[in-house]
Amino acid sequence: MTTLQDTLPDTGPAAPILSNAALLRLAVVAAGLVVAFGIVPAVATDYWLSSIIIPTVVMGLAGISLNLLQGYAGLVSLGSAAFMSVGVFSAYNLILRVPGLPLPAVLLLSGLIAAAVGVFFGLPALRFRGFYLGASTLGAQFFFPWLFTNYPWFSNDSQSLTISAPRLEFLGYDLQSPVGRYLFVATVTALLIGLAFLVVRSRLGREWMAIRDQETAASVLGIRVARRKLQAYAISSFFLGITGVLWGFAYLGTADAHTYNLDKSFQVLFIVLIGGTATIFGNFLGAAFIVLTPILLDHLVLAANIAYLSDQGAITNLQRVIFGAIIIFILIKEPDGLSAWIRRGAEALRARPKT
Amino acid sequence: MASLLELSDVSLSFRGVTALNALSFAVARGEICALIGPNGAGKSSLLNVINGVYRADAGDIVFDGRRFEAIRPGKAARLGIGRTFQHNALFRRLTVRENVLAGLSRHGGASFIENVFRFGRDRQERRDFSARADRVIAFLGLDAARDRIVSTLSYGIQKRVDLARALVSEPKLLLLDEPMAGMNQDEKTEMSRIIAEVNRAFGTTIVLIEHDVGIVLGLAHHIVVLDYGRKVADGAPDAVRNDPDVIAAYLGTVH
Ligand SMILES: Nc1ncnc2c1ncn2[C@@H]1O[C@H](COP(=O)(O)OP(=O)(O)OP(=O)(O)O)[C@@H](O)[C@H]1O
Ligand SMILES: [Mg+2]
Repeated sequence: MTTLQDTLPDTGPAAPILSNAALLRLAVVAAGLVVAFGIVPAVATDYWLSSIIIPTVVMGLAGISLNLLQGYAGLVSLGSAAFMSVGVFSAYNLILRVPGLPLPAVLLLSGLIAAAVGVFFGLPALRFRGFYLGASTLGAQFFFPWLFTNYPWFSNDSQSLTISAPRLEFLGYDLQSPVGRYLFVATVTALLIGLAFLVVRSRLGREWMAIRDQETAASVLGIRVARRKLQAYAISSFFLGITGVLWGFAYLGTADAHTYNLDKSFQVLFIVLIGGTATIFGNFLGAAFIVLTPILLDHLVLAANIAYLSDQGAITNLQRVIFGAIIIFILIKEPDGLSAWIRRGAEALRARPKT
Repeated sequence: MASLLELSDVSLSFRGVTALNALSFAVARGEICALIGPNGAGKSSLLNVINGVYRADAGDIVFDGRRFEAIRPGKAARLGIGRTFQHNALFRRLTVRENVLAGLSRHGGASFIENVFRFGRDRQERRDFSARADRVIAFLGLDAARDRIVSTLSYGIQKRVDLARALVSEPKLLLLDEPMAGMNQDEKTEMSRIIAEVNRAFGTTIVLIEHDVGIVLGLAHHIVVLDYGRKVADGAPDAVRNDPDVIAAYLGTVH
């Protein structure tokens, strides 16, 4: 019996080591790094760094985390914030109880603990799909606030059950200033973006998408569906755990269980919906929207000088309604999310007449 | 020659609807066996039982000398049973090449850590997968569509991608559920040429469901006729063609 190898001609000559597309990609990455590590810290004010850029970047990372699970593997989670809280409480306790552990190790271990928790709450994915699976991850969203408020051990017996960020430093560099915290966040984010690309471009990512598009066909081809689904929960939760540490330590400075409530999980979900599914960079557009829109609405209220018209509560509600309306509007206009802008931009760039 | 697949008294029902009724037949190693019969006869259900998507209520299935019980689709794939689908089951948001690569999953030996960080067994796997996929893509004339998203391709091309995805893992037994449905005459001729070529060149045993009797008579070595989950006829094309029961009931009818 002959095999395909014997009878079919070998493929043509090897492609050049760097194609045009690869060069373009390299250029984009280099430009991104220059902007993130050179221009932004040089020109942004402390207010911009602390109140806008850091939260946008961290929430973008949360969007990536959920997008790996939902956009690529086709699974659901309503418990993103719970996995973030596992990360930050792990980091806090690691720093507290294992003195001298360097920051990168703290982040890595916190991510791994969150990953293990994620796998546990992802186990129902082996039996259920869609709605019921959502219910299980929602369970995480109720379990962890309960755990962290009822067992003060997790917050080192603090009266307020609040944990405060440790002094952030790495290799002797103090990361406490806004620029320091920004560089910390940007470094971790850059590494995780790289990791996310490695994941989605690997066999793992391909098999996630296969399961997402056609689960029966995937299993018939021998894809280990159950294992892949659990790996999706593990990796997504790993990302979320680290994101949670950044949110608590680099953005807020303090955290408690309720910092990571259901509202936050929904924000992450909106980032994925607005940014677009199965995208990496789209999440930052979604995050920018989630972070900036409320700030803009606040400024609008101030500018319109309507504060005297009614009480603050009514205005806050109005802002929520407008916020919701904008989300619905975007989802109707761009059902594939704002990442469609990135795609169109890239296509326009490619279609540009060659010079 | 010993048979590759042997079914005895296989039955399957869905809440009272009998899809397969004490069905027995054997598929010889290296042959093309066609399953024909009217709509709802149980042909697709039979394929689903063979590769573990459905579990038979009763009966024995022996594949490659081993009796299998409670088989799951993934296990069937790893034993070497490939499959295409009657209704489009491609990974619609992936490219042709990615679909074909996904078909190689059963040959993957690297852990996900190796796959993600591209070390250890991943290097060999990537090279091997890529070479195998490219060969099958070339064999099925899909080069031009290689990097296209499958949902943007014509129906006939999608059927070919489905075949490529099943073929790439070099199965011992290939189950094809209406691979020519919805194709025009030229496309059908081309597809049956490809199927015959796969069988001849690689020795792959094929079980094929097809309504076009003209095509079946030209392609199959062995025909099994089903109706209401029962076997009505079983034999060489000439014998089946001249079987009065079959003539009366099925051949010549248009489905
Ligand atoms: N998942 C299912 N649930 C319930 N009934 C089913 C299921 N699959 C098949 N059936 C029933 O089993 C019987 C056989 O169906 P099957 O799809 O195997 O027929 P077929 O021979 O492939 O027909 P066609 O030529 O239309 O593809 C039909 O009565 C069908 O309604
Ligand atoms: Mg059928």
